[in-house]
Amino acid sequence: MAWTREEMAARAARELRDGYYVNLGIGIPTLVANLIPEGMQVTLQSENGMLGMGPFPYEGEEDADLINAGKQTITELPQTSYFSSADSFGMIRGGHIQLSILGGMQVSQSGDLANWMVPGKMIKGMGGAMDLVAGVPRVVVVMDHNEKGGAAKFRKDCSLPLTGKGVVDLLITDLGVFSIDRRGTTPARLLEKAPGVSLDELKSRTEAEFSD
Amino acid sequence: MNKVYADATLALKGLTHDGMTVAAGGFGLCGVPEHLIVALKESGAKGLTVVGNNVGCDGHGMWLVLANNQIRKVLASYVGENKILEQRYMSGEIEIEFNPQGTLAERIRAGGAGIPAFYTRTGYGTQVAEGKETRQFNGEWYVMETGIVADLSLVKAWKGDTEGNLVYRKTARNFNPMIATCGKVTVAEVEELVQPGELGSDSIHTPGIFVDRIVVGKNYVKHIERRTTRPRAKAAPAAGGSEV
Repeated sequence: MAWTREEMAARAARELRDGYYVNLGIGIPTLVANLIPEGMQVTLQSENGMLGMGPFPYEGEEDADLINAGKQTITELPQTSYFSSADSFGMIRGGHIQLSILGGMQVSQSGDLANWMVPGKMIKGMGGAMDLVAGVPRVVVVMDHNEKGGAAKFRKDCSLPLTGKGVVDLLITDLGVFSIDRRGTTPARLLEKAPGVSLDELKSRTEAEFSD
Repeated sequence: MNKVYADATLALKGLTHDGMTVAAGGFGLCGVPEHLIVALKESGAKGLTVVGNNVGCDGHGMWLVLANNQIRKVLASYVGENKILEQRYMSGEIEIEFNPQGTLAERIRAGGAGIPAFYTRTGYGTQVAEGKETRQFNGEWYVMETGIVADLSLVKAWKGDTEGNLVYRKTARNFNPMIATCGKVTVAEVEELVQPGELGSDSIHTPGIFVDRIVVGKNYVKHIERRTTRPRAKAAPAAGGSEV
């Protein structure tokens, strides 16, 4: 049986380490904020210009001057700091953020990521995704294993325009977890399967080559 | 020399013309110079190139200038939640140059700091790098990006003094500090104008040298794009709660 969104987020949360500064993307990665293990200190960065994101505010206490990168109202913590978007991306590009967890449309077996545009459809823009995957040393992608029509999203090569080339280290889908060598020197490797998912099923639903 | 202007319209007087490049601070609708944008709309200047992270969203911010047919080209990183922009981009009426958010922030910072170009790993091997110089440093490939200088910069700060020193509030800072530096002329709007010394010289985010004119905005709307809250009953963890 495939993993749920919550189970995928829980698996992604296992990539957190004490003392990490982490950037979480929109969607399933946002759920990881709820799953930081007790006693572990993880500082969440919001790329518009904030370190130390707190929970959503109580109703009536929303502050229009305090939003995250998804433009949601949030709160600050005692350790929070604010800075410009240039400083924020200096942290990201400079490799000071240890972990980025984000969503994807396609991932290739050599760690290419496509998640920002579909040709022919309205392009909203890449936001900070290209900077995050280029600058953060460890990148985890969380996405469904297949498109709604069944097409494979974990592929030999991405058919969609890239967000980054050779940038993904770990792929978590609803069917399994794969480690990827972003230099492309060793093949992608299956680390875990969702309960009840067979290797044959995984292989039939994956275009990328991987070892198990 | 007096930098203080009585209202936003007067603050932009003589500064706008057709075909100019205008950079505006803000991320989404947070930290947007909302009164100066209305004044830009009222100026009627057309064929504008607009630089900023977004171009407002339906009914708010730079959307007002867009809806008034004043924009020809946009340099931004994310333009969702903006139906008019979507229509005009798809029909070819408006050109959009998409920039990775960090690259845009750094291009603006570089422009303001007199740096014509720089190299970044961001976008290497993607459409963003097409037609740009690439170069290898220490075994890694980088893309050359150019600095951005605007004819006019519009920024929003929380507090300012009569010398143009500015202090921003929380995440309303975002692109404003760099945009304040990249304008040939920079106009700031603030919620509160104070006398020199009151901001604390060690606490100033943007030194007054970057600000040519300053105006106090009244009756801020500060529209919230995504109002998210958590229930009061028990403390929810980060990012819990609901979007309403």
